[in-house]
Amino acid sequence: MASSATGRRARASGMSRQETRWAWLFLAPWVIGFLVFTGGPMIASLVLSFTEYDVISAPKFTGLDNYRQLMSDPAVAKSLGNTVFYTALHVPLAMAVSLGLALLLQRVGRASGLFRTIFYLPVMTPAVAVGILFLFLLNGQTGLINAMLALVGVQGPNWTTDPAWIKPGIVLMSLWTLGSTTIIYLAALNNVPRELYEAARIDGASSWRQFRHITVPMISGALFFTLIVNTIASLQLFAEVYTMYFGNRATQESTTDAALFYVVYLFQQAFQFLHMGFASAMAWLLFLIILAITVLQVRVGNRFVYYEGD
Amino acid sequence: MQVKVTEGGFDEQQFLSAVASGAPPDLVYVDREIIGTYAARGAIQPLDECISSAQIDMGQYRPAAVQQVTVDGKVYGIPEFYSVRVMMIGNKAVRDAGLSPAEVDTTDWSKLAGMAEKLTVTEGGKLKRIGFDPKIPEFLPLWVKANGGALLSEDGRTAQLNAPKVVEALTTTAGIVQASGGWGKLKSLRDSFDFFGAKNQFAKDQLGAFPMEDWYLNVLAEASPDVDITVAPFKDRQGNPLTFVTGSAWAVPKGAKNPDAACRFAKTMTEASTWVAAARARAEARAKKDLPFTGLYSGNKVADEQVFGEVYKPSGDAKFDDAVQTVLAVQEVAFATPPSPAGAEFQKAWQDAVNRVLTGQMEPAEALERAQGEAQAALDKAAGG
Repeated sequence: MASSATGRRARASGMSRQETRWAWLFLAPWVIGFLVFTGGPMIASLVLSFTEYDVISAPKFTGLDNYRQLMSDPAVAKSLGNTVFYTALHVPLAMAVSLGLALLLQRVGRASGLFRTIFYLPVMTPAVAVGILFLFLLNGQTGLINAMLALVGVQGPNWTTDPAWIKPGIVLMSLWTLGSTTIIYLAALNNVPRELYEAARIDGASSWRQFRHITVPMISGALFFTLIVNTIASLQLFAEVYTMYFGNRATQESTTDAALFYVVYLFQQAFQFLHMGFASAMAWLLFLIILAITVLQVRVGNRFVYYEGD
Repeated sequence: MQVKVTEGGFDEQQFLSAVASGAPPDLVYVDREIIGTYAARGAIQPLDECISSAQIDMGQYRPAAVQQVTVDGKVYGIPEFYSVRVMMIGNKAVRDAGLSPAEVDTTDWSKLAGMAEKLTVTEGGKLKRIGFDPKIPEFLPLWVKANGGALLSEDGRTAQLNAPKVVEALTTTAGIVQASGGWGKLKSLRDSFDFFGAKNQFAKDQLGAFPMEDWYLNVLAEASPDVDITVAPFKDRQGNPLTFVTGSAWAVPKGAKNPDAACRFAKTMTEASTWVAAARARAEARAKKDLPFTGLYSGNKVADEQVFGEVYKPSGDAKFDDAVQTVLAVQEVAFATPPSPAGAEFQKAWQDAVNRVLTGQMEPAEALERAQGEAQAALDKAAGG
């Protein structure tokens, strides 16, 4: 008896070890990829952030100089301010519009597959193409957006040249690619049990109360996830803005501080001015800011988010 | 010799990564304005040995081009194109304003804003024609030189951005922009130009006048040969023709495996016979399409003499024929910005200042004072000071 139990335990333990080995084997490409392409460069950039390094010559240790410069460089504060402003405007707006679209898609019925595809298609457009497209659409004198505003008697601003309107213009552009968030919300909405709505209707709850007290709590997990992901993506916005305002010599020469986003300035420091050490320090500051915001969001979010199985 | 070319424009990031990893290309084709920075960083190598071993006659190149590739007495690049600026004037705009092309003259700065206003057309709050685009920030060095100043000292080490001559040039040109519709509208309309197409700003009467590089003549001759323009020299405040030159150069990166072959290639690409062959090819291509040939403008003076002596023939279209003569004449009075160890940062500092003024964020003196601090700090750091 005892020997058969020991044998079963030994077999189970052997299988477990085998499964573990297989698990590591399947995980290996991602683990190796992370170590080589993310973890390694992160450590390298941390080391470089304490040096003066122009890519060509060997790095020179400068202690905390780059971090001190971060505090004194007005362009760092300006670019960070622009990025935070954009994030504060873009994230809630993107979430609200995506949720609205998902609610509409849920009601479309049979044709929802077609509309899902249509709403998702812009996500497939390369960021560079989106940037160029919106440079034309947002043109204050000849752009389509101001032409449409003119139809309702509104004289649109110079979206691409007036510093006060550049960031709102970029936010407008960012709403082009809401497909992913919309699809996530649609999936979450479809998972809300119908009987909850039926019970609420029997109790005489209005549509708004059903939305407020059933829909929002039940999809709060999806809302929370997109809040975090969109915040991180917004703080790292680069390709579209770079294409619009820094993509070629002509745009670069006549752009304003209003379009200087944090990662754009980081890129300029690294590859235009060859201050790779300073750019590394900028990258680490951004990493810490994102980490702090995400931790805060998780702490606050956990109080309001409903997870299945809670 | 087998040559493998990376297609597309020069990619700074790709180039620096290649140099840093010890596997650079043998030869790069870059703007002469960046040569000073790359030389200071050690990304490219001096060509003195290459010049003597390949027997390259540096005397054949135009002095302003050679100055741009010479750092601390050493030559770091072999000059290629030589692009100068001239005034391009839309004749219809000028006639509509009751002016003549000769009156679109940059000598008397007190008249420029008024002239720009006359040439500007606005309808229903929309800018339809930019009167006079002074092309700032890009051409600020030209305006400053016309005012007797310079943005940078001769040795490329001292910024002079807060000098009164610079402040005055920026104040004047910002005033021209304001008179031409204001920066917001001007730039929006400029961004919508079909610059390289048949419906370009002159063909559509969207621009009165602007200073522009000579290569644009080739564009107009091909895209809209019937366009009604006049080309005239840009003038300084004493009424003397003046132009600002830029262009490209061949440079050999640090660690290049075949510097000798690279050197011979640069020599071949920039010698007179090559330019003549290129000019012939372009002239023939134009002739086949029955379009005017407006010449090639190189950094090689000997080559230009041969191109314009042997290949170029006046087309019979007076506006282009006169334009070619204007370009050739102003080449003799061209100036270039000196090479600087922090070229990109220096340029960004003064361009940011101009943009802050144009967008109404700062006054010229304040913006240039800030730029002076930024630029000098970058120059000092790059020079190891």
